[in-house]
Amino acid sequence: MNVELCRAWMVRFAELIDADAGRLTALDAAIGDGDHGVNMQRGMRAAVAALDESPPETPGRVLIATGRALVAKTGGAAGPLYGTAFRRAGKALADTESASAAELGAALVAMLGGIQELGQAAVGDKTMVDALTPAVSAFEAAAGDGLGAAVEAAARAAAEGTAGTVPLQARKGRASYLGERSIGHEDPGAASTALLLRALAEVTAAS
Amino acid sequence: MTVGVVLVSHSADLAAAAAKLAGELAGPATAVLAAGGSEDGRFGTSIEKVEAAVSAADTGDGVAILMDVGSAVLTSKALLADLPEEAAVRLVDAPLVEGAIAAAVTASTGQDLDAVVAAAEQARGMRKL
Repeated sequence: MNVELCRAWMVRFAELIDADAGRLTALDAAIGDGDHGVNMQRGMRAAVAALDESPPETPGRVLIATGRALVAKTGGAAGPLYGTAFRRAGKALADTESASAAELGAALVAMLGGIQELGQAAVGDKTMVDALTPAVSAFEAAAGDGLGAAVEAAARAAAEGTAGTVPLQARKGRASYLGERSIGHEDPGAASTALLLRALAEVTAAS
Repeated sequence: MTVGVVLVSHSADLAAAAAKLAGELAGPATAVLAAGGSEDGRFGTSIEKVEAAVSAADTGDGVAILMDVGSAVLTSKALLADLPEEAAVRLVDAPLVEGAIAAAVTASTGQDLDAVVAAAEQARGMRKL
């Protein structure tokens, strides 16, 4: 993944968030505070604007700049969580001009680590971790077959992980106060995480 | 100069009122600053507001940050991760109002950051009845 592909990933993620903002907000209205779509839209628009304003020169810098914009502009728990995720992933890529499948895999591991360190969520808590954890595993399992295969496997696993949050009872965030009433709803953070991996698969397939 | 206190809440009104209450009890020598609400005046938290409050509250003796819930905690943790390791800024695991009062009053007596954090965290187990 070179800097153009990484930038395209962020732009495509912003587009998918735009297209699905209503759905994300509706998911959040069911068990959260009903602002996830709007917040992510604001954050990713600010991120793309920041990338346009001063174009970073490496994939790692693209992710760090995106993370910085998300922390500052997203609002809600998604700001610090996604912001930390992107900055950790960017730092993991360091000064690489073109990241291999293995290097991108390590960046996704760092992304997951940052989210878990900050939010203290485990698999099964009905959070974005339930989408990202299987995505990282699927990516690593398929990385030997090349970047295209790895990102497609990751995107599918993230979507499956997101669907798998429906029967779960939330143990983090506002939804956790709902107890059993959180069961039966898809987690909005997992849903936006699935879009992130879908965006990665799409731009990689098109490159 | 004393340890400063920063209160992070989803509500700008709540943070401001709690800061005023704790500041009143502590007296004028202790900075108790509010960082509430989102950047554009809605409910939420803003890392820029928290950062500005921390830097304004820090008179050289360090800063104790108290948070309400959810993104207030995550935003404060994210800010701390960005600060240099030697920065004397600590997150306090305590209820916002009770912790703020304990922190501010302890700070006003001139005690150090460790003592302020410890006093505020005692508020977590403080019985009222």
